[in-house]
Amino acid sequence: MKVMQSKLHIIVLLLTILFPLSVFSAGDKVDLMEQKWPFNGIFGRFDNTALQRGFKVYREVCAACHGIRHVSYRDLKDIGFSSDEIKSIAGEYEIKDGPNDEGEMFQREALPSDKFVGPYENDNVARVANNGAYPPDLSLIVKARAGGADYLYSLLNGYKEYPEDYEASEGMYYNTFYPGNQIAMPSPIEDDIVEYDDGTEATHTQIAKDVTAFLAWTAEPELEERKSLGVKTLFFLALITIMLLGVKRKVWKDLD
Amino acid sequence: MNNQENKQTGITGWIDKRLPVFTFINHNLRDYPTPKNLNYFWNFGSLAGITLVIMIVTGILLAMQYTANTDIAFDSVERIMRDVNNGWLLRYIHMNGASMFFIIVYIHIFRGLYYGSYKYPREILWMLGVVILLLMMATAFMGYVLPWGQMSFWGATVITNLFSAFPVIGDYIVTFLWGGFSVDNPTLSRFFVLHYLLPFAIVGVVALHLVALHQFGSNNPTGLDVKSSGDTIPFHPYYTVKDYFGLGVFLIIYAALVFFAPNFLGHPDNYIPANPLQTPAHIVPEWYFLPFYAILRAVPDKLTGVLLMFAAVLVLFLLPWLDKHKVRSATFRPFYKQFYWLFFINAIVLGWVGAMPAEGVYVLIARIASVYYFSFFLIIMPLLSRFEKVGELPSSISAAVLSKKFDKDTNESYAK
Repeated sequence: MKVMQSKLHIIVLLLTILFPLSVFSAGDKVDLMEQKWPFNGIFGRFDNTALQRGFKVYREVCAACHGIRHVSYRDLKDIGFSSDEIKSIAGEYEIKDGPNDEGEMFQREALPSDKFVGPYENDNVARVANNGAYPPDLSLIVKARAGGADYLYSLLNGYKEYPEDYEASEGMYYNTFYPGNQIAMPSPIEDDIVEYDDGTEATHTQIAKDVTAFLAWTAEPELEERKSLGVKTLFFLALITIMLLGVKRKVWKDLD
Repeated sequence: MNNQENKQTGITGWIDKRLPVFTFINHNLRDYPTPKNLNYFWNFGSLAGITLVIMIVTGILLAMQYTANTDIAFDSVERIMRDVNNGWLLRYIHMNGASMFFIIVYIHIFRGLYYGSYKYPREILWMLGVVILLLMMATAFMGYVLPWGQMSFWGATVITNLFSAFPVIGDYIVTFLWGGFSVDNPTLSRFFVLHYLLPFAIVGVVALHLVALHQFGSNNPTGLDVKSSGDTIPFHPYYTVKDYFGLGVFLIIYAALVFFAPNFLGHPDNYIPANPLQTPAHIVPEWYFLPFYAILRAVPDKLTGVLLMFAAVLVLFLLPWLDKHKVRSATFRPFYKQFYWLFFINAIVLGWVGAMPAEGVYVLIARIASVYYFSFFLIIMPLLSRFEKVGELPSSISAAVLSKKFDKDTNESYAK
């Protein structure tokens, strides 16, 4: 009886902790297009070839309007670029620096230690260029949206014609997964909008998948280190806790 | 062992004679007589203390890298996450530590509520605990503002605006809290200062909490007073090892959260930099404030809502005088026990509606749950203390432990 009661306590406790949380996820009614991402799960890792393809998509498509201002060029080393490649990638961007000894501001090539240069000088320029809508910075986008990578992937695949009788606003596009369904960004990708260096067929879904993976990395560059340290930590904690349970039982035995 | 007779020799003895630290440790952590029947719910006090230390240590390290300025606060947090060595680990430990701290403290409070730990002679012990809870809430709220994301900004705006409900002085209070006419740089910078300061105030109150605890010792699952030395065992090694084991289990849960679901308890909107011109669709506080948030929103009148929300915590101060029933532990109180579990479920329901939009059926549920929340303290407790009849109690802690063991062995009650 007593044992049962204490088990009940534990179940009730777990419910307390878990129950209020489940309501957050239960909020959205649209089912996202869930993918088996290689970076999910406790042993999750990024697939560098996919990230490099995704980076190409970002550079050739997304970067026209969106920045990734929290990421440095040198960070690309993590997804398999060599120092020379990074130098030449950074060299393609111009950055305003200064003032120099003459008190002048000047333009220079970006260095690997610089953060990614965004497409617009400031937010207002970005708005003017985009019909009043501000294209958000993408470095954290996967963490900043409910549903994460699945949401982004769904969004990129979710463009549809306006349903009949829908009161469409000027310059807006219909997307199944966007909250409110009207999004200012036109469908950014289509088949073969980029040409992959590794010969992968550049279908719409493939491009969406690769760029989503890349942005999952920009949002959580620490993910691989975090998960591998996590597995070791949990293993160590489990071991020491079992040992402590043994010690506890032994110490308490002489009270019986 | 008699602590007055200091048997230590050598350098420890020399120090101890002049500054009795070793006697103190011996007295409070080693020989300290503790009821022998404490269950695992008594682990949560020491767990809370350890979590407080974890929070302070990670917090100090984070403060070395964080910048409390509205222009760069968000970016300075991202810099910690990306460029500071193990910065992501420190931040995730600190961020999830706040949630773990509240889980532990809420269980600790519900433990006290079940076993009547707030009753004579532990009234001040209990009230100091409520002070700690209040300080924790203030600290957690201000800490959530520091990353300067959308929820930080709008949470701060909504909560500070509550004070405007007070007639005449309301607007002055709000301006005073903000240090200006909106939530802005002065607000962020004072919140940072107070977020750094208050934990040390908590440490001080925790010290008093422990002094008050050691005056009469821990309560126990039977709620009976310690009657003889046979009822107690020394704290070390029995409870030190039990606390260590509990700590191991706790750290496993904590680490699983930090390493594998660090943002599970957070809100995605807080990874969007604060924007005063764009209100998020739903402004929700952190999960540990949700029951109180539900009470706030259950009332149509803003001022009454605000007062009730504060009253929901402050009513705990009165507990020792609302429940004057002679028996401490709910184990022996057939009616209190049932109302207690109803209260527990009610608290979860409040947390759940707090996360839902304040409309339709949710408002009704929030109202019913709020009424029960206060009725439990203000009506049920005083009535039960007068009318609840209880059976015969075990004669002592030892007798209770023995009869339990006997039950297990022979399936037959010793008490019968």
